[in-house]
Amino acid sequence: MSDFGGILGEAAGLLVALDPDLMEIIGLSLRITLVSLVIACFIGLPVGALAGAFAFPGRSALIVLLNTLMGLPPVVVGLIAYLILSASGPLGPLGLLYTPVAMIIAQTILITPIVAALTRQVVEDLHLEYAEQFASMQAGKIRRILELMKDARYSLLTAVLAGFGRAISEVGAVIIVGGNINHVTRVMTTAIALETSKGNLQLALALGIVLLLLAVMINAGVMALRAFAERSALA
Amino acid sequence: MFGSSTALPSRRGFFPSIGLYPLLAALALSILMGLSSLAFAQENDSPFIIVQSTTSTRNSGLFEHLLPLFQADTGIEVRVVAVGTGQALRNAKNGDGDVLLTHSRIDEERFVAEGHGVERFDVMYNDFIIVGPARDPAGIEGQDDAPSALSMIADTKRPFASRGDDSGTHKAELRLWRMAGVDVQAASGRWYRETGSGMGTTLNIAVGMDAYALTDRATWIAFGNKGNHRILVQGDPRLFNQYGIILVNPDRHPGVKAKQGRRFVDWILSSTGQEAIASYRIDGQPLFFPNAKR
Amino acid sequence: MSESAIDLFAPAAHDSPSKNAATTTDGRRVSEPSKSKDGIALEPQSPLMETRGLCFEAGGKWLLRDIDIDIRSGRRTVIMGANGAGKSLLLRLLHGLVRPTAGEVRWQGRRLDRAARRLQAMVFQRPVMLRRSVRGNLRFALAVRGIGGSERAERETKALARARLADQADRPARLLSGGEQQRLSLARALSTSPRMLFLDEPMASLDPASTHAVESLIEQAHAEGVAIVLVTHDKGQARRLGDDLIFLHAGRVVEAGPVSQRLDDPRSPAMRAWSEGRLYLEGE
Repeated sequence: MSDFGGILGEAAGLLVALDPDLMEIIGLSLRITLVSLVIACFIGLPVGALAGAFAFPGRSALIVLLNTLMGLPPVVVGLIAYLILSASGPLGPLGLLYTPVAMIIAQTILITPIVAALTRQVVEDLHLEYAEQFASMQAGKIRRILELMKDARYSLLTAVLAGFGRAISEVGAVIIVGGNINHVTRVMTTAIALETSKGNLQLALALGIVLLLLAVMINAGVMALRAFAERSALA
Repeated sequence: MFGSSTALPSRRGFFPSIGLYPLLAALALSILMGLSSLAFAQENDSPFIIVQSTTSTRNSGLFEHLLPLFQADTGIEVRVVAVGTGQALRNAKNGDGDVLLTHSRIDEERFVAEGHGVERFDVMYNDFIIVGPARDPAGIEGQDDAPSALSMIADTKRPFASRGDDSGTHKAELRLWRMAGVDVQAASGRWYRETGSGMGTTLNIAVGMDAYALTDRATWIAFGNKGNHRILVQGDPRLFNQYGIILVNPDRHPGVKAKQGRRFVDWILSSTGQEAIASYRIDGQPLFFPNAKR
Repeated sequence: MSESAIDLFAPAAHDSPSKNAATTTDGRRVSEPSKSKDGIALEPQSPLMETRGLCFEAGGKWLLRDIDIDIRSGRRTVIMGANGAGKSLLLRLLHGLVRPTAGEVRWQGRRLDRAARRLQAMVFQRPVMLRRSVRGNLRFALAVRGIGGSERAERETKALARARLADQADRPARLLSGGEQQRLSLARALSTSPRMLFLDEPMASLDPASTHAVESLIEQAHAEGVAIVLVTHDKGQARRLGDDLIFLHAGRVVEAGPVSQRLDDPRSPAMRAWSEGRLYLEGE
């Protein structure tokens, strides 16, 4: 196997050359991840915030469920999504299996609990601080949730980021429902798996480094935003 | 930018002023983006079929060679899902796929007999080989009898990496062990290592642990991480590896794109398709030998 | 309204000895009409707020028992007592943040409901600052009350001026000093024009200058007709800011009456001990 410097060079080369296949794969990875993330946030943020701010019957059960689902193995999610989307499954007629939509569905299932569980934690902590003030002002339930989420926005970035990290890096679910079809459902992770299985370890690792760089950039951006917010006492 | 905002805390910074509305606007924008993203899956309206196939055919690069030719001829896009033969057959039994291109004749014939497939045709063949570390501690090099080479590995208890994934190659390997009279299940976890993975991964493992392995020749030739491993046993007629093609039965699975699928099967079996297979080479070596009977 | 002689607590008010002293120590209020010093019976003005048989129990322990108090409009009431006596809890019960185990809290003769609670506001020991600007904190309080448009802008400006924070209106509130934060939370509480303001040791962790600034804000609110209910440990502050004193011990009202009178002449062993800075142990 070649040395690490050579692999770094290859990774840099891949990026500098703007290899169209690579760009396509990166683009698809980002699109699928972002769309699943947006959907996961639409469900996970409110559900997490509700569980964090209010007491209702079944709340503890919901929290246990969310925390458990957070650790769901991607392969299991992939299998569940496959069974649903398969031609012989309930949603088979939609013909979504082996399309990016299927991958979005699988990843949404995978990361919604992560976003929800972390949101619950963040909102619960903030609510502990705000609860009496809100009660004193008689703020309504909807307003409380909205204001809590607004004030927790920088902390919630961490929850969103965790969802992003999980979605962009997982391979088990998307390879089952996406099928790793060239130019259709091949993303960073499945491409890495494929190159590894072809024995092209250097290329696989270079792709891995590209993925890492991508994640580092996004994390750094979000963390800088959060650090700024903390210095301004807004987080 | 961050620094200056903190230095002037009384000025309204850019980020802290993110109110509810811009936040909602950003969300709405993301949804739009999401929907357009969803749309791109549908916008691809050109006809396509899904071929359930095996890792060996994909990893060898055969499809990248064949499919553009087919698409140029017919305008039909082929999307390949490459898994083990066992899983390919199971996926097709669920109706997930239009055409099967696999290499386990008995299972393929059963698939057709059960009504899942229309008809099975021979497409091409190559052969299996036994690869292992160059120093060959079991001393099997040059054996022209594959089962006895395997017995030697078993006798010396040298590590052997098996696919263990119910794939065509795995089934072929198990047949050879039976011929050799070796009960590999008894040795599983000791010298006999079942990886439960595709051919490429299994080869990576074999190279990593200095183990022997059975692989199809195409995957081996295209494999990029050979390390010190090389071909030790080949040429036994029992190492013959036949690929077959099946159109999934549209009567059984209404979602099957029978028309386009049939065109693919016909094209592969036609002289054009067969020549295309024959012309695929790596380093001058042919990887597959067409042998369609019509 | 009333002269200082006619006070919250009828017993303490006319200073009649034995019976009344006994009733105050067990927290019972004598419901006979009050009399002024010169013996003319006055029609007692109905209190703005009263509690009847208020009890609160948690974990098998009675944290408050049989609290009967009256608070009249425009008065300044100081609640004192040792740590754990139930002062903050009483404040929360009066404000409707906590539900009593037994008994009731009345506002203008009727059960304390949401509408009544909207006429109250509360300032906590540690100011709760939302993670937004000074103005944003005020805006939030007004928005909750459905106050918008030009009236909101007007009230914001007034509250900023009151808190003397006009020049810091757009700063994140959590970057303010402790004193500034407490001023803001007072101005925020007053921005919704409450009739009664609860203050739970709002100056407990402030320096003298900040304490003074908050005290004048409280004075100003009182001058505007807001009834004040203040929990404090500081006797000087109680004399400066209070008309009436309620002294709690172990969840019961043990003394009640005009602030200076009660502070100068504590009758219950519990308050005497507290006044002398001793720990009071039951059965002493």
